[in-house]
Amino acid sequence: MKRSTFLRGLAVTAALGMLPMAGFAQDTIKVGEINHYKRLAAFAGPYKQGIELALEEINAAGGVLGKPLEFIFRDDQGEPGEAIKIAEELMSREGTVMLTGSILSNVGLAISSFAGEKGYVYLASEPLADSLVWAAGNKYTFRLRSSTHMQASMLAEAAAESGANTFATIAPNYAYGKDAVAAFKAALLKLKPDAEFVAEQWPAVFKIDAGAEVQALERAKPDAIYNVTFGPDLAKFVREGGDRGLFEGRKVFGLLSGEPEYIDPLGDEAPEGWTVTGYPWYDLKDGPGGDFVAAYQARYDDYPRLGSMVGYMTAQTIAAALTKAGSTETEAIRMAFEGLNVDTPVGPIVFREADNQSTMGAYVGTTALRDGGGVMVDWAYKNGGDYLPTPEEVKALRPAE
Amino acid sequence: MEFFVAQILTGLANASSLFLVACGLSLIFGVTRIVNFAHGSLYMLGAYIGYSLMQVLPGGVGFWGSIILAGVAVGIIGVLIEMLVLRPVYRAPELFQLVATFGVILVIQDLTLIIWGPEDLLGPRAPGLRGVFRIMGEPIPKYDIVLLVITPFVALGLWYLITQTRLGVLVRAATQDREMVGALGVNQVWLFTGVFALGSALAGLGGALQLPKGGADLLMDFNILAPVFVVVVIGGMGSLPGAYLAAIIISVLNVFGVTYLPQSTLVLMFIVMIVVLMIRPYGLFGREEVAGEHGQVGEPEDPIKPASSRARLIIALGIAALAFLPLYGSSFSQVLATDVMIFCLFAASLHFLLGLGGLVSFGHAAYYGGGAYVAALLVTHLNSSMEIAFMLAPIGAGLAALAIGWVCLRLTGVYFAMLTLAFAQLLWSLVFQWGDVTGGDDGLVNIWPSDWLNETTVYFYFTMLFAIGGILVLRHIAHSPFGYALRAARDSKRQAETMGIDTHKVQLLAFGFAGLMGGLAGALFVFSKGSVFPNELEIARSFDALIVVFLGGVKTLAGGVVGAGFFKGIEETLTRFEYWRLVMGLLIIGVVILAPNGIVGSLRKFVRRLRGVSEGEGA
Amino acid sequence: MSVVLETKGLTKSFGGLVAVDDVSFQLQKGELLALIGPNGAGKSTCFNMLMGQLPPTAGDVYLMGEQITGLKPRQIWRKGVGRTFQITATYSSMTVVENVQMALLSHHKDIFRYAPRAHKMYHAEAIALLEKVGMAEQAERHCAVLAYGDLKRMELAIALAHDPALLLMDEPTAGMAPKERVALMQLTADIVEDQQVSVLFTEHDMDVVFAHAHRIMVLNRGALIAEGDAGEIRNNPLVQEVYLGGGTLFAEEDTHA
Repeated sequence: MKRSTFLRGLAVTAALGMLPMAGFAQDTIKVGEINHYKRLAAFAGPYKQGIELALEEINAAGGVLGKPLEFIFRDDQGEPGEAIKIAEELMSREGTVMLTGSILSNVGLAISSFAGEKGYVYLASEPLADSLVWAAGNKYTFRLRSSTHMQASMLAEAAAESGANTFATIAPNYAYGKDAVAAFKAALLKLKPDAEFVAEQWPAVFKIDAGAEVQALERAKPDAIYNVTFGPDLAKFVREGGDRGLFEGRKVFGLLSGEPEYIDPLGDEAPEGWTVTGYPWYDLKDGPGGDFVAAYQARYDDYPRLGSMVGYMTAQTIAAALTKAGSTETEAIRMAFEGLNVDTPVGPIVFREADNQSTMGAYVGTTALRDGGGVMVDWAYKNGGDYLPTPEEVKALRPAE
Repeated sequence: MEFFVAQILTGLANASSLFLVACGLSLIFGVTRIVNFAHGSLYMLGAYIGYSLMQVLPGGVGFWGSIILAGVAVGIIGVLIEMLVLRPVYRAPELFQLVATFGVILVIQDLTLIIWGPEDLLGPRAPGLRGVFRIMGEPIPKYDIVLLVITPFVALGLWYLITQTRLGVLVRAATQDREMVGALGVNQVWLFTGVFALGSALAGLGGALQLPKGGADLLMDFNILAPVFVVVVIGGMGSLPGAYLAAIIISVLNVFGVTYLPQSTLVLMFIVMIVVLMIRPYGLFGREEVAGEHGQVGEPEDPIKPASSRARLIIALGIAALAFLPLYGSSFSQVLATDVMIFCLFAASLHFLLGLGGLVSFGHAAYYGGGAYVAALLVTHLNSSMEIAFMLAPIGAGLAALAIGWVCLRLTGVYFAMLTLAFAQLLWSLVFQWGDVTGGDDGLVNIWPSDWLNETTVYFYFTMLFAIGGILVLRHIAHSPFGYALRAARDSKRQAETMGIDTHKVQLLAFGFAGLMGGLAGALFVFSKGSVFPNELEIARSFDALIVVFLGGVKTLAGGVVGAGFFKGIEETLTRFEYWRLVMGLLIIGVVILAPNGIVGSLRKFVRRLRGVSEGEGA
Repeated sequence: MSVVLETKGLTKSFGGLVAVDDVSFQLQKGELLALIGPNGAGKSTCFNMLMGQLPPTAGDVYLMGEQITGLKPRQIWRKGVGRTFQITATYSSMTVVENVQMALLSHHKDIFRYAPRAHKMYHAEAIALLEKVGMAEQAERHCAVLAYGDLKRMELAIALAHDPALLLMDEPTAGMAPKERVALMQLTADIVEDQQVSVLFTEHDMDVVFAHAHRIMVLNRGALIAEGDAGEIRNNPLVQEVYLGGGTLFAEEDTHA
């Protein structure tokens, strides 16, 4: 493998010159983090801050395997093809020991397929798609956050107990929306076989025609509405629905709607009385959850979003996996991830051996207005493990190894 | 009945912003012939500026004042864009300005992010207009009613401006015949600036006016672009009544679509557009585009010649240097080179159509992504081997191109371009929507090459063989009788037809062939990444290719490849910086202004000037 | 003598307006026939119907006895008809010789070939054609930089490329200086003589018409009103009235320059 040292030197110089974000080429353990920092800046920013907070704590405590832990953050513009190229660069040129990142499911799936093919460990931190660990799962891909299926099942449980009989759904017209509706329906019909779905609305993602959607939902006169829209779509939907009285006398179940990322931009127009999954950081005072909130606020002079906590947990998880592996070899890390226990702000979580999914759960509660903003009240933390199929069921979902 | 009325009212209210933005775009196109892709960005700026003003100015007067001021502010921004960016390139080849406006989009995106931050802004309510009116018992938001009332007044005001004032006379004259305006002794430059300002102000007004119904976010610019172009095309480019009618048709149909066909939200407007263009090829109130009548064709292209022996040597050396990359480059550099080669082939296939054929396809991603999907679908559903899938992918893309080309070639100019875009969007929606087969936006994964190829260096050579081979084939065909006939059909269809050349057949075959090569690039792509997602079929992907072809130089044989290589390389470097879009946008604008013949064309001109060759006989 | 081109009752109306009204005539082999008439008489419409650019409302066109009505321009061209236009259209991105080569490629049905190098094909033949019109020395020039008269000569070379039996020339000398006009028409006349081609042309310049046409037809308001040799046409009272009534004498009337 002896090649011209001159050329290699040139390449290194060029690489350094091109990489203003890369850290020092010192003896650290590097992890490649690929995300949509530009395209989803409002989400990726807090997530990155969460990672950095965790890294500071980990390294202050001596790092992992005796070395500082370092993340190399790279932006993929939200493009799967770009993400794969970066993954290759991180693993083959930057010397990272494993990959993590992504919020968008399609990017997560692309990296996962690449990781499975090339034999790199990938911790999918935020993508929600069920197929990531099931239909398209592979032994190198692990997922931290509670999936669409898990969160939809939590809401279905609440819906089954709500007394509503007829349901209408509104979800963005793409894979996440479809998965979220399908999972909710399946879980609800299991718990309440006589539940009836009277309308399904599918606005194009981020292009909702809210007035028309609200009229169509109103026309179906459901007892309850299951909402999967988010971001600017949610704002428009809530405003039109509020104005036109859609939510009066109806139960509404909102997937992710209670996450600060989504409810905060609504300000004092946040809906009241919706049952949602989210992150009530404002009520977390004690225990590991409260400690994280306090540390985050002290460090950044800002409050944590859900993404902040997921970022924090991502770094914790990776540190735990490396420590357990005792090595930075891919196979060792992969083996360490299987059945890995991590103590996190939401409590202990486990990466299931059956499908590489962590048991991180979600907070379910009811929305209310407090100090001119939306919050969750009467919330409870639901353990994700309780909403996952059994290892036997999962086996049928995953492709044969 | 009540419900029906309520739906129509909702549709009419939705038409309001759409109309304002669309009529601005139509006005600009009618007079200046510029396809202003930055129009969505102006709309977005209107929303952000309006939002900020509303935070400062209190009460009802403040609210409405903010909307008007936002319009004025965006109008001024429009003037700046016109004077700084577009004025220098009016003389450039047709549609080159479009590339400049694309640069403007990138710049505005980053500036907006810098100024207003990444969070979505919820639009303030209109004071005193919260809540609903009951119309026949149905709740209609008060602000909807206000919009409903305002729009016809704005439309009437514009109608008055266009039909009853001197400015209007000039605008109409310019829309119909540019030369005439010059003959009337009018300063055309300032007329263009004025119209651009007015069009921009209308977009800004539209952005600010929709605030109470939504807000301001960074995706607004692209999200409004497709519907606005659909409206302008359906109405007939340059026609204000057309834009008004089309905005209403699209908005009302959309409301009914949401109710009765909830899954139709992605495709409805494109289907409407295709249907309208099939019946009325120039939109409802448009008229035929005659190529070159607007004096924007630029200088005639130089005759092409086979590469000189020196040029061949340089190319051969370049290929050799690439071939030895695995000896001196890292494995990642091979991945990078693979990406660049695939993109070069994609761009070259579009350039074949655009440069030699003069057929401006806005939807070339349909064949690139199409090829990738053909391969991925074969592997996923039929378990076909990689080799078979790889061979069938270009064929599938080529056949799709033949079918789409057959329909689109009935149209010319901007309408042709928009129809190709509509078909690409249709294909995109199909893939996006049909999750059971295509995986929707979760795509198709685990599409890896056969074992013998599944190694970075081997795949690099494989790509090199097909990408460079494909580019050379394209180049060779340019010099063949067919390539000449394609140029003949572009230069003068009439002359070609009176010389026995079946121009329709020539152009259709060229379309199919470009699709085939685009599909080949797509097949190379999918096996290099192992997965494919609908974004490979998106408008943005079509524009990636379009931009580099223009920047490389439409009227040169090497333009597509050089532009692709150059910009892919730059992008690779720039995307590592936070505000890379700002830099990229400025770079594009810079190239457009400094090298109006594209990189290759302008370099050649420069070299020729150095040598003192005056006529078009240089190499 | 044999009839090369014949029309029977050729008519074209646009809505209510009859642009060409029941025009019937014959063109003999080797004949140089001029079609004249004031502006808007229907000359161009007539030409467009002969070459297939416009479908006639009624009537038929026969080429050497074969009915060609309704055929496309390219099909009519294949049957041996060449055409030049009032406003010349060339392939502005090609050299002079390549413009001619295009016609030869099409004539030899080589358009749908992908392997050979087009610029090498039929090069000698193209040069020979250019020699015929005196353009050989300019063969390698970019046609976009040609002088107008040279462009017209190139167009003539193109029209002759497939050895046509009939040449349709719409205002061949429009926009040229008087000296050039004479030269171009002399060239055309020589070719007619040489190759026994038949030519139908329209023309504004009466000097050109009277000097070169073997026979002249006069079209007014879509209808043929007179036919004959130069002398007959000059002295035809109907023709004089048309031209005088139109406010012009048989003089320069270069509105198309």
